[in-house]
This record gives sequence, structure tokens and C-alpha cells, in this order.
Amino acid sequence: MIRQLSVAILLIVVLFIIGCSDESISQKTMEKGKKIYNTYCLSCHMEDAMGVPRLNPPLAGSELLLKEKTKPIRIVLRGSEELKGETDSEYTNTMMGLGTLSDQEIADVLTYARNSFGNKAPKINESDVKNERTKLK
Amino acid sequence: MKLLKRFFVITLIFTLSYCANNSSEKTDAKEEKAETPKTSTRDQPNGGITLPAGFSATVFADDLGSARHIAVNANGDVYTKVGKLNDGRGILRLRDANNDGVADSISGFGNYKGSGIAIKNGYLYATSDENIYRYKLNNNGPDPASEELIVTGLVNEKQHSSKPITLDNAGNIYVNIGAPSNACQEKDRTKDSKGQDPCPILEKAAAIWQFKVGQKNQSYKEGLRYVTGIRNIMALDWNNQMNELYAVQHGRDDLNRLYPDLFSEEESVELPAEEMFLMKKGSDFGWPYCYYDQRQKKKLLSPEYGGDKVKTDRCDGKGKPIYAFPGHWGPNGLLFYTGSQFPEKYRGGAFVAWHGSWNRAPREQQGYFVTFLPFKNGMPSGEFEVFADGFAGANKTPKGATFRPCGLAQGPDGSLFICDDQKGRVWKVTYKAN
Repeated sequence: MIRQLSVAILLIVVLFIIGCSDESISQKTMEKGKKIYNTYCLSCHMEDAMGVPRLNPPLAGSELLLKEKTKPIRIVLRGSEELKGETDSEYTNTMMGLGTLSDQEIADVLTYARNSFGNKAPKINESDVKNERTKLK
Repeated sequence: MKLLKRFFVITLIFTLSYCANNSSEKTDAKEEKAETPKTSTRDQPNGGITLPAGFSATVFADDLGSARHIAVNANGDVYTKVGKLNDGRGILRLRDANNDGVADSISGFGNYKGSGIAIKNGYLYATSDENIYRYKLNNNGPDPASEELIVTGLVNEKQHSSKPITLDNAGNIYVNIGAPSNACQEKDRTKDSKGQDPCPILEKAAAIWQFKVGQKNQSYKEGLRYVTGIRNIMALDWNNQMNELYAVQHGRDDLNRLYPDLFSEEESVELPAEEMFLMKKGSDFGWPYCYYDQRQKKKLLSPEYGGDKVKTDRCDGKGKPIYAFPGHWGPNGLLFYTGSQFPEKYRGGAFVAWHGSWNRAPREQQGYFVTFLPFKNGMPSGEFEVFADGFAGANKTPKGATFRPCGLAQGPDGSLFICDDQKGRVWKVTYKAN
């Protein structure tokens, strides 16, 4: 009986970890991400992430930001150079690469932007950024 | 055993629902989705804008998409160049046959988008971001089959690629070729990237070029670089009274973001000035090496070229503005008023349409209105005042603004037309003395 109970408790703990850890985004990550957003992103993408028509693209509802993980990481690392010749976008301003930010900072700001302004997309981890940075070297 | 099973199931359900709730709570917390207000300002007084006493406005046309610049023919037909094709049409003719201040028929032609449009001596001129075309006007309007490509192959590298135009009285057309850059850094808009010296952009862009009106297929070798050292110009007008070219420049961005140790956020919001120029042939206004500090009333060396907010160096000989407006307001339209409908003080003065700022974030955005600046003998004779306001509505941000003034034109009866490129509204402003 005790053995069975402890198996059940162990199962519950495992379920908690599997069920919550991957998808959940801590308030701390969001706060750190927001701080980075306000310092590096807000001046062009705006406080509401709606961008500037013809100049700077919105991040709210942005397919490039939300569809998968590697493209937004590469855009942050390389700036608009990453998109050169790829899109027939209406947005004409240059974005500088932010490769001087740490892997964790880039993960935080992308996670923040992907889960703010009405956006909802999976968390980006430090290791995801690290992988892309290595590939670009 | 049964009890344990039940306990397990209950706990499992609780666990899963806790996880789902928790993650949605966390990710959705405190985030607001910005919404574009869906208020109809069409039926409001003056089509939703405010004007000085005695003036009123009608909504001449609405929902055209992106009405960039505007021109009026001698018969009262209004033409606008659109930044996004409207049903495949790049130039729209708005005709108000019964003269009630509202266009009753809209037609279009020219399957290219762009910004520039002008009418002179029986021809309509319009621009894409590389070319200038012209069309012969007859009583019915332009004949699309008469299209001639008069200038081609102008620099278009996306940034600052709009090609506003104006014409003089000697058979010349003037076109802005904006710099595809903020300050000619080796890497555009990038912190710690040096200014290129000499700046190679100046060869074919960052200038107003002059071409002949009646010559087909001109490009750089047939043209003349009329003035140089400008970053980007949208507000451009030939002043017929002075027989000179005038313009208001979009000044450089990001002094604080690129040089946080040198410029405070407050300085970056106000500096540099949006400069109004009298563009004498051969002038050099100093971009990218110099910027204008309206507080010191000096052309200073840009930080990309070793500037420290004090040094003037090579900027000493550069053309100065005839008037300095606050930074980042975005001058997109200039019109010298030559009519007699408006009161005396407006005659010969300059209206400027301000698209509205973005580079003032995180501080409050400004602009999004039309100002008036009085002139005497070709020079400003007082301070500017806001003429038409209320375009942005409650949300004064680039995307949230209901309307953004972009172009200006004068009708044959002296009425003022204002167009907007956020939704494509055109207002006709008239004056009636009490």
C-alpha cells in the first residue's frame, strides 16, 4: 500500500514536471524580457508593438516572430540582414543585429515578445539561441 | 485500493487543469491588444478635424487606401498618387461635378504605386519609387495612352525611396532622391558603426535632382544634382512668387539609441530640427556629416564623424535652414498658398503637413497635424501655428492614429486639399468670412 502510494505520488510529480515545465513561462522571464524590449526594441517597434507603417514592422501578430523559433532568433542576432532578398515587405528601415546580447537575454526578449501584445507562442530557451549562434559562426 | 485509485484520478485531473490554467494565466497576464478604433469621423464636423474660425472642411473622398501626394487641375479635378494600389490603380482622379465639396466620381489608371504627383502646363506628372511618368491632360482628364517615361533608374533601395516632385516655370522638374540610410554609417542604424567618409550615397542620392520635362528616358547622366546633402525630403514645393525651390527635411533619427553616452533621451527626442530650406542651386545642406541643433542654432558635426555636440568643423560652410521645427515630426507635404480665398495672412505663406513622429518613443508622439508659417519676401516672417489638427484621434501613435496628413494641394478657387495615407481620406478646406 505504501509502495503503491509512493508510486502514485511520484507519477503525479512527473506529470507536474512534464505538464507544466515546458510550456510555462515564469513571471520573471517576462519581466526580464520586457526590460530588454523597452531598451532595444521599443524605439522602432513601439510600445504597443504595432510598428510604424511603411518603416518598422509590427511584432503583434507577426508571423516571422511566431511561426517557429529559429527565424526570430536569427533576426535578433543578424538584424534585417537576415531578411535581405527574402520578403517583399512594405517595411523599409534597417534593423541592427543584437548579437551583443547574451543567449539568455535574447531568449527572454523573444519569449516576452512571443507572449505579449496579444501574441502566444512557445517559450524560447537559452539553448535554442546558443544553437543558432553556433550555426551562424 | 479503490480509494487510492480515486485519489489518483482526482489528483491527475487537478494537476492537468492547474497546469493549463497556470500557463494561460501567466502568458496572458496584463497584455492588452491594441485596437484600431472603428469610429466614423466622416460625419463629424469638418470630417473629424479642427480648423481656425471661419474655416470648414468636407470629406472630399474617403477610404482610398494610402493617398500620399495630391494635385489639383485647373478644372477642379483632384488627382492623388497612392502608396498601395487601389483596385490595381496607382493614380486616382476624384471629380466633384456638382461642386458640393464631395467627389462624386472616382476613376483611376497607372498600375504602379508611388508618392509623387504634380500638374503643370497641361500635363500630369507621377512617380514610382524609380521613375517619373507624364500624361497629357485633356478636358476629360489624362489619356493613359499618352504615358511617357521621362526619368528612369533612380536609386530605390527601399528606405527613403519615395520620389516627391515639383516643377518650375522654365521646363524643369525636381525630384527628391532620398538617402537609403539614416546617417551613412558603414552599417546603417547600428551602434558603434562609423560614418563612411566620404559618404558614397551622395553620388546618386541624398539630393534633389533636376530633369527636363519634355525629354524621354532621362537618368543620372541627363540630369543635374540641383542641391545635395539632404537626408530625405517629402515636403517639396516650387515657390512661384520667389521662383525658388523650398523644402522641409526629415532629420536624422536615433541620437540617443546610437550614442547613449552623448545624447539623453530628451535631447534625442527634440534633436535634430526638421529643417526648412530655401534650396538655391548648388546648395549643400550637410547630410550626413552635419545636423542642425535648433537650440544652439548651429550646424554641428554628426557623432558618426567625430561630433561631440560642440564641434562644427566642416559644417561651417553648409547651408542653414530658414526655419527650424522640432525633431521627428515628419514633414510630408509643403504648399505655398497663392490663392485669395483665405485671409490676407495666409497669402504667400507655407502650409506643412506633418505625418507624425515615431522616433520620439518612449515619449509622447507629436505632429499629426497641418501647420502654417507666415512668409514675407520669401522668408518666414513669424512663428508657425497649428492650422488643422485632430487627425490622429485618441491614439497618437504611428499605427494607432486614425489619419496621418501626408499631402497638400490648392484648388483653382483657393481651397486647400489635405490627403492622408493611413486610410486614404481627402479633405477640402474652405474659408468663409462672417
